Amino acid sequence: MNFQKIRHLAGNYIFVLPAFLLFATFSLYPFLKVFQLSVMSWDGISPEMTYVGLGNFKDLLLDNPVFWNSMGNALFVTVLALTAQNLLALVLAFLCDRDIRGGNIYRVIFYLPPVLSGIVVGLIWNWIYDGNYGLLNHFLGFIGLGDLSRAWLSDPKTALAAVAVIHMWKGFGWGFVILLAGLQSIPRELYEAARVDGANSWTVFRNITVPLMIPVFVLVSILTILGTMQIFDIIIATTGGGPGYHTEVPITRIVQTMVGSSQFGYACAMGVVFGVILLVVSMIQIRVSKMMRQV
Amino acid sequence: MKYSLKFFIIFFLALCFAGCSTGDKKDLSDGLKVWHWASDRESAFQELAKRYEAQFHVPVRFELYAPSEAYAQRVKAAAQTNKLPDIYGILGEKRDFASFIKSGYVADLTPSLNSDGGGFVWKDKLFEKALAVNEFAPGNEYGVNPGIYGVPLDVTTIQMVYNKKLYEKAGLDPGRPPQTWEEFLSHSSVLKAQGIPRFVSGFGEIWLIDAFASNLAMNIMGEEKVFATYAGKVPYTDPDWVKVLALFKQMADEGILVEGAVTMVNKMAEQTFANERAAYAFNGSWCVNVYKGMNPDLQYGAMLPPKATNLNPMRIWGGAGTSFVVNQKSGRREKAIQFLKWLTEDAQQAFLSVETQNLPVSKSSIGRISPILAEFADDMDNATHPNVYPVHEISAVTEAFDKGIQSILIGEKTPNAVAQEVQRIKEKESKKNQ
Amino acid sequence: MSEINYEIVKKRAINFFVHVFLILVSLSCLFPLWWAFASSLKTQATVFTDLSLFPKIPHWENYYDAWIKSNFSLYFLNSLFYTATVVIGVILIASMAAYAFSRLQFAGRNILFLVLISTMMIPIPGSIIALYVLLNKLHLIDTRLGYILPQINGGLALGIFLLKTFFDDLPKELEDSARIDGCGRFRVYWHIALPLAKPAIAVLAIFNILAVWNEYILAMLVLSNKSLMPLQRGLMVFQGSHVTQYPLLMAGIVITILPVLVIYLMLQKHIIKGITAGAVKG
Repeated sequence: MNFQKIRHLAGNYIFVLPAFLLFATFSLYPFLKVFQLSVMSWDGISPEMTYVGLGNFKDLLLDNPVFWNSMGNALFVTVLALTAQNLLALVLAFLCDRDIRGGNIYRVIFYLPPVLSGIVVGLIWNWIYDGNYGLLNHFLGFIGLGDLSRAWLSDPKTALAAVAVIHMWKGFGWGFVILLAGLQSIPRELYEAARVDGANSWTVFRNITVPLMIPVFVLVSILTILGTMQIFDIIIATTGGGPGYHTEVPITRIVQTMVGSSQFGYACAMGVVFGVILLVVSMIQIRVSKMMRQV
Repeated sequence: MKYSLKFFIIFFLALCFAGCSTGDKKDLSDGLKVWHWASDRESAFQELAKRYEAQFHVPVRFELYAPSEAYAQRVKAAAQTNKLPDIYGILGEKRDFASFIKSGYVADLTPSLNSDGGGFVWKDKLFEKALAVNEFAPGNEYGVNPGIYGVPLDVTTIQMVYNKKLYEKAGLDPGRPPQTWEEFLSHSSVLKAQGIPRFVSGFGEIWLIDAFASNLAMNIMGEEKVFATYAGKVPYTDPDWVKVLALFKQMADEGILVEGAVTMVNKMAEQTFANERAAYAFNGSWCVNVYKGMNPDLQYGAMLPPKATNLNPMRIWGGAGTSFVVNQKSGRREKAIQFLKWLTEDAQQAFLSVETQNLPVSKSSIGRISPILAEFADDMDNATHPNVYPVHEISAVTEAFDKGIQSILIGEKTPNAVAQEVQRIKEKESKKNQ
Repeated sequence: MSEINYEIVKKRAINFFVHVFLILVSLSCLFPLWWAFASSLKTQATVFTDLSLFPKIPHWENYYDAWIKSNFSLYFLNSLFYTATVVIGVILIASMAAYAFSRLQFAGRNILFLVLISTMMIPIPGSIIALYVLLNKLHLIDTRLGYILPQINGGLALGIFLLKTFFDDLPKELEDSARIDGCGRFRVYWHIALPLAKPAIAVLAIFNILAVWNEYILAMLVLSNKSLMPLQRGLMVFQGSHVTQYPLLMAGIVITILPVLVIYLMLQKHIIKGITAGAVKG
């Protein structure tokens, strides 16, 4: 009996064993290495490194306003992405979930921005935002709002928002695909039953779609947070973090510290702090979602 | 569900295949392996490798790893595991170069460069300024044994270019670009009156700001004072430094910089100049090849940045563009050095120069280059390079300085405010480094 | 009568605006791709001056040149192989783990889940050098396996998270009845849960295909042998540190995008109404 039970439990572990083995080999060692380096002073080249204790962390937490400012910038983009980007993705997924004409074509088209390489995205958006020959300024002039035209990426008032728009445009396709899969997983019978009961579209949406979709919403929002906080490529292709520090984000700071000034250990400390923050945020999200589901 | 099972089997077979096959590994026991990141030269390198093997029966394998960030990572990773090839290039600042040398990954080439080989000394064939970039002087701040540690393959200068056609259109003399800052301002107001956009550069990549600002600084206060600032003996709040920053304020006030140039990547800036949407650009000599592709009819000339004073000469950055080093731990060091020597000979230099439109590093090939490249070559006398500075600024301070200039250019901060901020960071970082 | 008319008009009007909205969003997504395509038919000298979206003299030979110069024939098969193995690997391993986290009881379940998905959260750029050192110790440098395994590991976090979310929502009744019929855990997972999760698996496949297809940083780090390199290595040829050959690069990009879109087109069919179909057939 006991033996049976143990065998049964062991069987459960076998399901997670392959994943755990891969993790233990390919993630754990680099993680531990990064933790080890975060208490060192090292230039990334020399075989020697010096132990500095928590010095990197102390400086980072108390004396690195640029890093925390970059965190604020990423947070700003994240809040925008969480609301505007995900709302757009949801609306589009909702529309494509119904048997709309051309629905299949739309599904493919909305996935194009994620597929496009960063080079194309950078070239196109640099052109759209250009101060002298940009499409956006041209359009504004056309509709009589020429006063608003500017070099969008180098104006401190608009640079971060301009970058955020590119990020959201590039990213809504991901959320769209997941949300659509979630919507499609809702049994059609539930909708039909509600219709028979005389419920209108809004009540159906509020009472059937939303409750069933909460876990998917949580999934999408966690992925949005993780993806947006780690924004990097788009910044490099458009503003390089400027003007000044207006579009600096944590990853650009980490890379600059690691490659630009060869402070490898310090960069690892930045990575650890950043990772811990993301971990905490995600845990809170998962907790909250569990509470919401139990209500 | 049968097909899922098939998937399973195929997957594991595939993994086994993946594990066993490592592809056709050519035996390179007596050949040379070279790592580089220059995609634009890959085909020229492959051709040279073929010629070398045909001539000397030493196979050479060039391996391209691009973009440069990925290359830099690979070199650092390989260094950690002693997997560096016979010949490779080091990206980054002099400090990183020094670290590679001190870790024993780079051979000292001084004896080979000085040795008499076939009636001439190798070193004498090459431009001193290109060699100087790879040289560590006695008593250098990094504690590296003095010597030359890399072989330059080409020469680069970073300076200004101007569009002759736009000059003509504005009624200015296309043979006479501005030499002083006043002339620069007056020419640019003439251009402005004609509706011609003026100055573009990839100031989104802050190293270009750094180059431009340090040119102006050396003109205003002289090299010695710039170095004294780096050494911490002169503060950034010194009137001369404020004067440097004020020039950028003037550029902002006059609207000289093309809108958006503050955050532009250099490739965008190059497009702007090639398409005649700016009369001036601050760029490196590699631009000859870039402009040639984008607009073969572009008529432009090279010029030095306009002088703000006559007290000191205008200095520009220039020296080796690409350099190779030899792996100290390689058993084929001598062969590797022989190959590099061959690469810097006239025939190969001329070939590379034609193929890639770069300035050759061998003095005797310089006569065969295009007229516009010759203009760049002429300004080599004014060249200096951060790699030859006796002292270096702390990266964080340089960054604050360059970012501060961006803020001045967008009208967010005053020169004085930036000077104070940079000085504050300088003091903080110097304390940390002690 | 008039009321019905009103209903119809209202419905048509809503439909109209919905389509206008969808078409506007679509145009914004299509434009860059079309621009890339149009650019791929121009020359280096005209690519930024001739802004027409239908170049007058299309240079179709750019596609031939791009294919030859980037050595795509060699890299294409490699990329197909890497993509297939990584995606299948991720789906198998992640779905097993996700199923366990969703359905099975074992000690340390929650902690293990968090640990596994934390790979998504600690994105330290520096860890890639540590990975190289590790692969070197395992003698996996410059092997296909050394390129595949880290990528499977890289896809696991998202995979487990996504599939667990969907498994959590699947009705348990079918599995219960199968268990009563005497099916073991593995058979329940393989024959019941996995087919039901088809839409989520399709999503996971779509995401991973794109990630592996576009990967190059790891390839540049791990691989040396040209005959092992993936497709993205081919595109690098057009992006010099100074000179970028835009038309050829765009042609190369269009070539590399097409397979992804075709596969997406095939896979997205499985996202449709997976659950009802599965439940009925059950």
